[in-house]
Amino acid sequence: MPAVRALALVLALLAAAPAIAAEAVLTVGYLGLSVPRVMPNTYLDPPPEDEGIQGARLGAADNNTTGRFTGQRFLLEERVVADPEGVAPALRELQAGGIRLVVADLPAAQLLEVADLPEAAGLTLLNVRAPDDALRNESCRRDVLHLLPSRAMQADALGQFLAARRWRNILLISGPAEGDKLYAEAIRRTARKFQLRIVAEKPWTFDPGARRTDTGHYGIAAEVARFTQGLPSHDVVVVADENGDWGDDVAWRTAEPRPVAGTQGLVPTSWARPHEQWGATQLQRRFRARTQRWMLPRDHAAWLALRAVGEAATRARSTEPEAVAARMRAAGFELAGFKGVPLSFRDWDGQLRQPVLLASDRSLVSVSPQPGFQHQFSELDTLGTDKPETRCQFR
Amino acid sequence: MPIPLIPGAAYGVAALLLPLLIAQPPRAETILVSNEKDNTITVIDGATLKITHTVPVGERPRGIVLSRDGTQLYVCAGDSDRIDVLDLATWRVVHHLPSGSDPELLALHPDGKRLYVANEDDNLVTVVDVQQRAVLTEIPVGVEPEGMGLSPDGRFLVNTSETTNMAHMIDTGSGEIVANVLVGARPRAAVWEADGKRFWVSAEIGGTVSVIDAEAQSVTGTVEFSVPGVPREAVQPVGMVFSADGALAYVALGPSNRVAVVDTRSLEVQRYLLVGQRVWNVALSPDGKRVFTTNGVSNDMSVIDTATHRVTHSVPVGRAPWGVVVKR
Repeated sequence: MPAVRALALVLALLAAAPAIAAEAVLTVGYLGLSVPRVMPNTYLDPPPEDEGIQGARLGAADNNTTGRFTGQRFLLEERVVADPEGVAPALRELQAGGIRLVVADLPAAQLLEVADLPEAAGLTLLNVRAPDDALRNESCRRDVLHLLPSRAMQADALGQFLAARRWRNILLISGPAEGDKLYAEAIRRTARKFQLRIVAEKPWTFDPGARRTDTGHYGIAAEVARFTQGLPSHDVVVVADENGDWGDDVAWRTAEPRPVAGTQGLVPTSWARPHEQWGATQLQRRFRARTQRWMLPRDHAAWLALRAVGEAATRARSTEPEAVAARMRAAGFELAGFKGVPLSFRDWDGQLRQPVLLASDRSLVSVSPQPGFQHQFSELDTLGTDKPETRCQFR
Repeated sequence: MPIPLIPGAAYGVAALLLPLLIAQPPRAETILVSNEKDNTITVIDGATLKITHTVPVGERPRGIVLSRDGTQLYVCAGDSDRIDVLDLATWRVVHHLPSGSDPELLALHPDGKRLYVANEDDNLVTVVDVQQRAVLTEIPVGVEPEGMGLSPDGRFLVNTSETTNMAHMIDTGSGEIVANVLVGARPRAAVWEADGKRFWVSAEIGGTVSVIDAEAQSVTGTVEFSVPGVPREAVQPVGMVFSADGALAYVALGPSNRVAVVDTRSLEVQRYLLVGQRVWNVALSPDGKRVFTTNGVSNDMSVIDTATHRVTHSVPVGRAPWGVVVKR
């Protein structure tokens, strides 16, 4: 028996050796749906056309620097389609090419569509675009991991900050877009969770449409002042305007002098330009040197997706997609994401647990979880849907 | 102004005056601290713990190391992409060394000539000849090279790479990487034990220190930390230094605001000492009696008495103090 075991060991060593000597290749798919660019309210930050994919490319490059020492090589197979109809065929193509790990830069509807394709069986999808809470709850899928913080996590990050500062009374203004409604719903849930009060809630219906005319500012200021007049006393205005259509127009124009937070003003987000703590300067620089633009949250999520794959491959000493996918979800998996703490995936919904930044345009104001929000297992789980309250039943 | 820290109120005024009344043994040593956000080096007299000079250097000074003869200080000025050479007699930057992009940490070879510099932005270790003032060679390493530790005999350089999560063992003779040892997430410092048999690598995000056998080129032990009342995530080991007899290691634990005292045989933590906020690096006095720490958030330097393991002083320095060395 010992002889057999020794033989098995020798065989195992022989099998392991070439994996280091020869290069083992892992190809990761990138499936994106490009959405026609809509210029936000401010012309200062036009949305780049390559948001997301640039983060994935940098992540692959970082993985390959490490791979030089581990004999592992990471390739990115990119499929970015312009037509929602093209998403499913692109996934089938990636699958047919032997790819089992796919970064999904897709809105929620398309993400679910491809997750439920027969060809997606055995694939792991890494969601870097859709913050929808439904994807982490009633519409969750076992083989989808979420790199971006959910809307609930963003709202909780802001809610904790407001509670810590005792700015408990909120005026909530939400826009007409579907995402705005979901964002507002997340804020409402957070308010219940942290005992904040939404003293008034108003839908934003005004379309100034004239900000480029010479007196456009006057109309906006007058409208916002009217809009916020005569409301119950509040400490802070929370805006839900995910597309950036009007949220920037609220600050400084309210009837009462109140700070603005939410999708504009003080923004809970996974990544922001002013963030340079915990070595983030290095990632910001590396990204800018490559792309001549700032890293955006979707870039960071896609970078994290590739790094999660790379880290799992390094630790598992394998480029087999099954082994890598298993390692990413395994207990003890620790991903460094320039947030000062190790990040890992929640086993109940596949969400990456992570601190959420609270940043204004030029200043990192705070990082949640806020001190004092305690948790039995991980303080990071005070953000978003925790295990006892999850509505996710994997299928 | 150094602020004496009183261990307990019972000591009262007498204790407060003690450090002032008792004639201190003459200490010729000088403590040098780099201030990342002030672009200065703070110079502190070891005997009085008073600041004697504040010297302007290049932008974002972090890693610092003394020349072999102790007359010069090499300063990584990261945002200036160069190394400043500070003359310790005149307190002036006398010249610059080429460093490659964004130098963060450095190590000087025992030959006093070869300076090894980690370039965070380029995934390189640059080797600089300090006499020729020229780059000798560049060694490609992992993503975000950081910690630099030379073996006591100068044969091996250990470089850590923060995103690759490895300690690279580099043969200084050939300039080749001879081993890559996987360690905890975001490795920072690499320091060798005096006999050159083992080196320690701290992992900021992993929250552990890996003890690596140089001969076997593998991790033979791991130091784990657990500070009561402090979340695990806040325990981030960074700078390390060994006691004069090598029996203990002092490990800076970042935002947990503690320095761990670790038994180097059992690898057990003996105690945690509360210092300033976000303690980053540590240095030992030449007589082995004191450990100095840089506290990046509280902008001060803590002084630890190694006999009593009490934190005796806090010396306000510049903004975001980072590196610390002691000149005899």
